[in-house]
Amino acid sequence: MLDHILSLLIFFPAIAAMMGFVVHKDSAKAYGIAVSFIEFIFSLYLWYAFDSNVSGMQFMESLPLIPAFGINYLVGIDGISLFIIIMASFFTMIGIASLAEVKKMKNLIITLLFLQMTMAGVFAALDAIVFYTFWELSLVPMLYIIGAWGGPLRIYASIKFFLYTFAGSLVMLVGMLFMAFLYNQATGVWSFSILEWYRLILPENYQLWLFAAFFIGFAIKVPMFPFHTWLPYAHGQAPTIGSVILAAVLLKMGTYAFIRFSLPMFPDASVFFMFPIAIIAIIMIIYTAMVAYAQEDMKQVVAYSSVSHMGIIILGTFALNVEGITGSVFLMIGHGIVSGALFFLVGVIYDRRHTKMMSEFGGLASVMPRYATIFGIMMMASVGLPLLINFVGEFLSLLGFYNQSHILTLLAGMAIIVGAIYMLSSFKKAFFGEVTNEKNRNLPDLNSKEIFALVPLTIIAVWLGVYPKPVLEPINNSVKSVVMLMHEKAITPEAKMRIPALEEKTLMQIPQAEVK
Amino acid sequence: MLSNVNISLESLNISTLVPMLIPIIGALFILVLDLFKKDQNKSMYVMLSLLFMMLDFGSLIDFSLRFSANGTILGYFNMMLIDGLALLAQFVIVGASMLFIPLALTSKRFHEFSYPEFFALFLFMVSGFQFMVATDNLILIFIGLEAASLALYTLIALHNRSKSFEAAVKYFTMGALAAGFYAFGSMVLYALSGSVEIHQIAAVFNADEFVNLPYILVAVVFLLASLGFKVSLVPFHTWAPDVYEGASASMAGYMSIVPKIAGFVVIMRLFEFLIQSGVVWLNVVLYAIVVITMTAANIWALVQSDVKRMLAYSSISHAGFVMAAVLIGTTQANSALFLYWVLFTFTNLGAFSMLWISRQKNLAPGQSSDHSYSKFAGLIKIAPFSATIMALFMLSLAGIPPFALFWGKLYMISSAVAAGYVVLALIMALNSAIAGYYYLKLVVYMFMKEPEIDIDSKVYTMNASVALRTIIGFAAIGTVFAIVALNPLIEFITAFVYNSGY
Repeated sequence: MLDHILSLLIFFPAIAAMMGFVVHKDSAKAYGIAVSFIEFIFSLYLWYAFDSNVSGMQFMESLPLIPAFGINYLVGIDGISLFIIIMASFFTMIGIASLAEVKKMKNLIITLLFLQMTMAGVFAALDAIVFYTFWELSLVPMLYIIGAWGGPLRIYASIKFFLYTFAGSLVMLVGMLFMAFLYNQATGVWSFSILEWYRLILPENYQLWLFAAFFIGFAIKVPMFPFHTWLPYAHGQAPTIGSVILAAVLLKMGTYAFIRFSLPMFPDASVFFMFPIAIIAIIMIIYTAMVAYAQEDMKQVVAYSSVSHMGIIILGTFALNVEGITGSVFLMIGHGIVSGALFFLVGVIYDRRHTKMMSEFGGLASVMPRYATIFGIMMMASVGLPLLINFVGEFLSLLGFYNQSHILTLLAGMAIIVGAIYMLSSFKKAFFGEVTNEKNRNLPDLNSKEIFALVPLTIIAVWLGVYPKPVLEPINNSVKSVVMLMHEKAITPEAKMRIPALEEKTLMQIPQAEVK
Repeated sequence: MLSNVNISLESLNISTLVPMLIPIIGALFILVLDLFKKDQNKSMYVMLSLLFMMLDFGSLIDFSLRFSANGTILGYFNMMLIDGLALLAQFVIVGASMLFIPLALTSKRFHEFSYPEFFALFLFMVSGFQFMVATDNLILIFIGLEAASLALYTLIALHNRSKSFEAAVKYFTMGALAAGFYAFGSMVLYALSGSVEIHQIAAVFNADEFVNLPYILVAVVFLLASLGFKVSLVPFHTWAPDVYEGASASMAGYMSIVPKIAGFVVIMRLFEFLIQSGVVWLNVVLYAIVVITMTAANIWALVQSDVKRMLAYSSISHAGFVMAAVLIGTTQANSALFLYWVLFTFTNLGAFSMLWISRQKNLAPGQSSDHSYSKFAGLIKIAPFSATIMALFMLSLAGIPPFALFWGKLYMISSAVAAGYVVLALIMALNSAIAGYYYLKLVVYMFMKEPEIDIDSKVYTMNASVALRTIIGFAAIGTVFAIVALNPLIEFITAFVYNSGY
């Protein structure tokens, strides 16, 4: 059975969700915790069995779905996707465990388990159509979570979320079909396998168009400026669990897809678009940081800061060298842990006061010391304090991009400082000073459920900040092979120069096909 | 020059008529039965019709085996043309009819099903559509088209609501106009080529290198308009929403599938050679019609407040989407047309059947129409199972993978990309995104809103009998697990389309 560990990871929660319809609603939560715990154990086994010295795909499974059209159920993971999958199952588990009482609990649990299936599927898929299937399917549970359990504007927010992503990914689908067509032209067979597509060397003008098509799909998902407008609505209206999973895992689909699709398939286009995208990323960092500073609503501050940090991930990815990409993958994990935790924390205070307005708070540190401590650590992690998780990723991302452009890196570095200002000032407003609002006087501190969710996140944030090697090393190995592939495939001299050649010889010589 | 029409008496091959004769015999049989023993229960007629249709389906399987072995079968003075296209279309027609006819077994009593004539007319209609697709003779196409359409008008009117009469009369008037157009267009083609058989016409035109191009274009305009009426292409679509609204939901679902596939096959036979011959004007017109049909119908569907009207406009949009296959014209595109339509049959019939089981005889106070969006508000709380199934059909229509229609869209867009129509592919993709909104609107109403009208919760499954539940279950399974059947389906369809030379 463990030979098919990835299929197990993908379909176990889905089957469990379907069986969950039978479970009585009073026991639904316990059922959800049990299932997601087993799922988490599976994902930990994945890490245990993962060979970090291998840079290529592991645990691969293949099953023909539509051989006539080259669509196969093809899954496998490398160091890049491994930790995101673990993080997804981890957040599903602690998300379900820490759920406050809501109406229609059973529906929520079933939806979350379906969502877990799609998340595992996206990060494990190695066939473009399977990837697309899970990518689209992930919209449906999230639509329901925001639309059924969200705030007053929830329907508007959920539809906006759905349509934005749906429209973008349909453009991406056309790109995928065109890619498959080009592959068919070059080799005479249909294939949607990403690994097969890696072998294809495309002329630069095709690369540019295809890059643009994929970019629209990915950029909306990340979301990159100026496609980010759906995200504040989604976060603002979503229930805590929705925001946590959205920020921690779903947004990573976009950045992950850049590394899985855009970079290795279109190296020359990646170089061509490197500076425009870097500039967008820096605008995204600075602009959203400034918007975050102006927010009154605590959750919006966290939402905008989350967008801001996604900018650094993009910047690191488009450094196109090992340091930058490794940093951005690591920052994806860090961002997931930290912003997930911050949304949890905002949810904690919202459960108690049913408001997220910062003006309502003040002096919380004396009322809820444990809450304030964890919030403080996570906030520090978010602004990139050394020895906490985000610092490693941010530093590597910026280091990577420093090799490409000094000035842009400097700008991005400045932007991170702006980030520190708004985070610190909102922390000050909410937690320090006198307790001004009488309603805050007797708020209970964290309860055991919340501690169960938050303490592990804090431990991870500190642990990976101090000793990132166990995670960094597998990522680094896989990223190396991506960069090597990109360098080999690049056809323009500019791209050859920008994408560094690595000294070690490739472990596997990849035969390549060329499109005339 | 008039070319010789080749008649060989040995190749009369009357057996080619068998698939069409079975439903006709069935219809006559039902009528005769009624003469001897009146007032039978509708369930008997349903099962009899189903039996005849199964025989019909069996004969089609027999023909498809013969086609795979020996290629195209001609018969009856070469009027009957049993090629892959004809067989595939007949499979869809008979298959969809088999799924449709059990929908008459509602648990509430409806006027029309108590008449045996309903079932007789239905079988006549099926045979008419079968004739229409199994020939390339313009006259026989016309006869099939009219026989089927006249039966269909009557079936709609039998629903016996004032709106149904309005719908039937409207459909009839428009249909008569279209018939006139068709007759005129074919007349011009006959005048130019001296033949009423499409392949002969093509041969004559290719031989004289389209010297009479202006006249050909006149004929093409009339034929396009008349067939455009049948498959509801914009701007010839105006009857569709009203007729769908007036007809019963099950009949509307049927109309969105069967007459259109028959229309598409005729369009393919007629226009494929014209497009291949490089008549640029036709390309441009078709391109425009495809894009406008998809986009405009989508935008109209956005603003509907009635689910059935929304589905009517969405069916128009799907027709435009599929019409792109005729424009693209590659084997992959033509196969995609059939694949799309098979998958669409399951999904759309399922969606309309869900409306059909909630058909009310009397509206609750405050309810504007029988299938308004507000009727479905908060359905997840009242009838969670119905809501889930309905949402499933909506997501499939919207093209969310892995549900049925996504694969149709995938294959169709891929065929556009492969034929170099990248812009068209993008337009098709973006239209799917627009369509996502109105399908989602129903999902939002069902899952996220509170119930708006005080309706008895039994309303939503009022008509559900075992037969209806079976059909819906069948459609739902077909929608969810389409992926399993796709590979054989694609191979089967592609082989048939390719071997018929399209």
